[in-house]
Amino acid sequence: MNALPCTIYVSFTGALLALVAGSRSAALARAVALVTAVTALALTLVAASHFVPAPGLQTLVDRPWVDSLGVHYHLAVDGISLTLLVLTGIAATAGVLFSWNVQERTGEFFALFLALIGGVYGVFLSADAFVFFVFYEIAIVPKYFLVARWGSTNREYGAMKLVLYSFAGSALVLAGLLWAYVAGGGQSFALGDLAAAAVHFPRIEQLGMFALVFLGFAVLAGLFPFHTWAPTGHVAAPTAASMLLAGVVMKLGAYGCLRIALPLFPVGFAFWQPAIGWLAVAGIVYAGAIALVQDDFKFVIGYSSVSHMGFVLLGLAAANVRAVSGAVLQMFSHGIIAGLLFAVVGRMVYDRTHTRKLADLRTMALYRRLPFAAGSFVVAGLASMGLPGFSGFPAEFAILIGTWKTSPLWAAIAALGVLVAAAFTLRVIQVSFFGTAPAKPGAPELAPLPPITRAERAGALLLIATTVLIGLKPDLLLNWIIPSLQSPLFQTVLKGGTP
Amino acid sequence: MNLPLLSLLVFTPWLGAGLLALLRDARPAAVRALALGFSLSTLVLGGAALARFDPAAPGFQLVERHPWIGALNIHYHLGLDGLSLLLVLLTGLIAPAGLLAAWRDARAPRLFGALFLVLQGSALGVFLALDFFHWFLFWELSLVPVFFLIKLWGGEAAGRAAYRFVIYTLGGSAFLLLGFAAVFAATGSLDFGQLAALAADGTLTARLAHLGGFWPQVVFVGVLLGVAVKVPLYPFHTWLPPAYAEAPTGVSMFLTGVMSKMGVYAFLRILWPIFPAPLHAAAPCLLVLALAGVVLGAFAAMRQTDLKRMVAYSSVNHVSYCLLALFAVSAASGPGGPAAGAASAALGGALLQLFNHGLSAAALFCCVGVLEARSGGRRDLDDFGGVRTAAPVFAGLCGIAMFSSLGLPGLNGFVGEFFIFRGVFGLVPWVAAVACLGLFATAFFLLTFWQRVFHGPRAGAALGDWPDLQGVEFAPLVPLATLMLVLGVLPQLLTGLFNPLVARWAAALVLP
Repeated sequence: MNALPCTIYVSFTGALLALVAGSRSAALARAVALVTAVTALALTLVAASHFVPAPGLQTLVDRPWVDSLGVHYHLAVDGISLTLLVLTGIAATAGVLFSWNVQERTGEFFALFLALIGGVYGVFLSADAFVFFVFYEIAIVPKYFLVARWGSTNREYGAMKLVLYSFAGSALVLAGLLWAYVAGGGQSFALGDLAAAAVHFPRIEQLGMFALVFLGFAVLAGLFPFHTWAPTGHVAAPTAASMLLAGVVMKLGAYGCLRIALPLFPVGFAFWQPAIGWLAVAGIVYAGAIALVQDDFKFVIGYSSVSHMGFVLLGLAAANVRAVSGAVLQMFSHGIIAGLLFAVVGRMVYDRTHTRKLADLRTMALYRRLPFAAGSFVVAGLASMGLPGFSGFPAEFAILIGTWKTSPLWAAIAALGVLVAAAFTLRVIQVSFFGTAPAKPGAPELAPLPPITRAERAGALLLIATTVLIGLKPDLLLNWIIPSLQSPLFQTVLKGGTP
Repeated sequence: MNLPLLSLLVFTPWLGAGLLALLRDARPAAVRALALGFSLSTLVLGGAALARFDPAAPGFQLVERHPWIGALNIHYHLGLDGLSLLLVLLTGLIAPAGLLAAWRDARAPRLFGALFLVLQGSALGVFLALDFFHWFLFWELSLVPVFFLIKLWGGEAAGRAAYRFVIYTLGGSAFLLLGFAAVFAATGSLDFGQLAALAADGTLTARLAHLGGFWPQVVFVGVLLGVAVKVPLYPFHTWLPPAYAEAPTGVSMFLTGVMSKMGVYAFLRILWPIFPAPLHAAAPCLLVLALAGVVLGAFAAMRQTDLKRMVAYSSVNHVSYCLLALFAVSAASGPGGPAAGAASAALGGALLQLFNHGLSAAALFCCVGVLEARSGGRRDLDDFGGVRTAAPVFAGLCGIAMFSSLGLPGLNGFVGEFFIFRGVFGLVPWVAAVACLGLFATAFFLLTFWQRVFHGPRAGAALGDWPDLQGVEFAPLVPLATLMLVLGVLPQLLTGLFNPLVARWAAALVLP
């Protein structure tokens, strides 16, 4: 357990080493990045094997940091953060594997990549709002450079939009947290202390604080109608950065909503709950409908991410243990599936065909030329559609169950979203890879494409194995998540102690 | 010895699919033989299950139940009753026949075989799983291989047909899932048996009533939509003719022979036991829809000149008979209950019809496939003439399938339809009377088919060198035709399997 804070330190050290190694050779930088990512993943898995699920955060480190402000360097873990730590480890490892072909300034690329990962680990481990915010900002900055330097289509625009939205979100969060901190007497940023103080705030203040903090985080989670940074950012980003953006960074926003906004301001939440639920279901259906008419392969995946994150927000809005456990599972599941989708589209297909236009891909008979990519995409697509047997299904099912208890109408609209997701995913599977019929024997051979590399295979298999494992045995994560939601802090906002 | 027989039934085809996926350099002949071997496993293991099955024993047999997902109270739960066994045996017959019908398709046989086996395993899973989660896994997964089988090996418009088919069914499934999410939220269980027990004593209705407003009805309609699209119940059938017509022959056989039965099975296993009261309330409406399927399906078939579409529409007609029987029984099952004799006749007829239609429709698709293979892909009613002179053996086998489908006494199709009419007439006489129109139309189009294609002087695509059935072409048709003859004379071979079950259903029909 106590090894968990090391994930942060290992990642930042790895970032420095990659920078140094990159000046010597690209291969060395790659090796450093892979070793770092795998080490961090191993640390989370070892910690997970010793983890005893219990309500509440289990403190790992707690020492005073900025005395004058009452800031403690307080790291802690519960089942929710552990789930997301494992996700980060897997996404980072797969991201390195799918960046194996980065040639340009390899050292810097991996340094930024690992710095981002370190920030993400830090966010998921923070139990102090100040520390949380510091790591949150650390995770945002490398994003800009990754997209602006190594990105593709419209990268300056995509990167700028991404960062402006992120910073605007952060500003809201910071304003809300400072307001709560000051109103609470300016003693402590510890989440428990802030929550205890917030109970005595006037209702109107709670409404305002909740709105600021939740909205700030929800922008990063892709809440409709503040989601527009996500598709353009995902498309502009290099493959590994898209994987991290959709896979992990959007989760930071959702995690912030769940860890900070909800438990700190239950009164505020109760007021805004209907609005959040409606925006969530609107996002699910709207983003799905937009994905249905995209002509760029990567935009389809970008919008599908928004649609799937809508389920996370819906789970939070439903505010009972069943739905929120489904939301956390969906965060994990979407992180894995979106990573795989972006990997196939950006790395396996685009790097070989140099086009993402569905109309062009249609005639390329890619399933015969890149069978492994086709297989991976079919699996990822099916998982993304929410087919049982893959991790998306238990997550969305749990969210639907929980939502029925809160608002049957939201559940019904979300089911419509499931249908739309099936429609756009099936369309893109059919058009991108399977546009042409199988060859009769003796048909002329197609010009070969560069074969799928071993790094790509390893990355894809890691992600596929994870989504199938969790799809068939969601207990592995739910047994961590559900007890965590029974902590007193969550019980003030969540209805239904026993799911 | 305590073999998990049902798990073996489900997973052996999948094992075969995995093996085929690994054998990258195998010769096509070896690949086909391997696929066929694994496909035949269902017949063998189904036979073993048949040997151990006791029709008189109540409840499920050969049950396998293990905890699976504790957090959602989900179990790995397989079990067998007369209904499941009937459909397992049907799958065991149709799947190898479909592979044999595709024997000469040279395009990517390894992928074809693997997808076909995945499909077969999923269908078996649907017939054997008794927990919603477990069942739904197979139900949804079965669509994936079908999509690719139609899309890649189908005709010119196959892409559209496959997409439409899968989207219709997934759309239904989304609402099915929504319905079961509500059921779980209300009861905390997804086990079909437990839910049926909760439904029988009224607990489920009371708990769902807590949702308030019209939401309990929405739950029912969601589940209904999910299974009705799959059958399909009129007017949700529009995906079917293009899908069946565009699919390659072997896949059309499996679609009509087995997949259309999955929908009826879901009606019998899920909708009827778990939502008896709403089904009873909706039954008069549904009865009209099933009747429309019977009559309009047959009339639509009459208007087709594409033989495959004709057989496809006739499937709509034939499967609707099963629903007609079920809805008639449900409509009559008020306080006091229906006439037990009529109810068990209707239900027994519906089960027989499931099996018989599987045999005859698959055989008909196989025959159209032979016509297509001989004529370079032509399959219009007007493309042929005098095939009987050119290929008498083929004409004979095709004739058996046609007359079975038409319901000629002495062949298997007659028995099922007779029981259904006997039952429905006793329950809702006017419906039986109108349904007769469907019988007449069916007779009309099948006789037209027979006359135009097989009789008269040789013409059109039947001119020139037109060999009779050869080699592997016999393989799917002969066993199917033989069974049609045998079951026409000895229907008790099948009815023995499920008569006690049907009697128990009929006895339990008195609603609280």
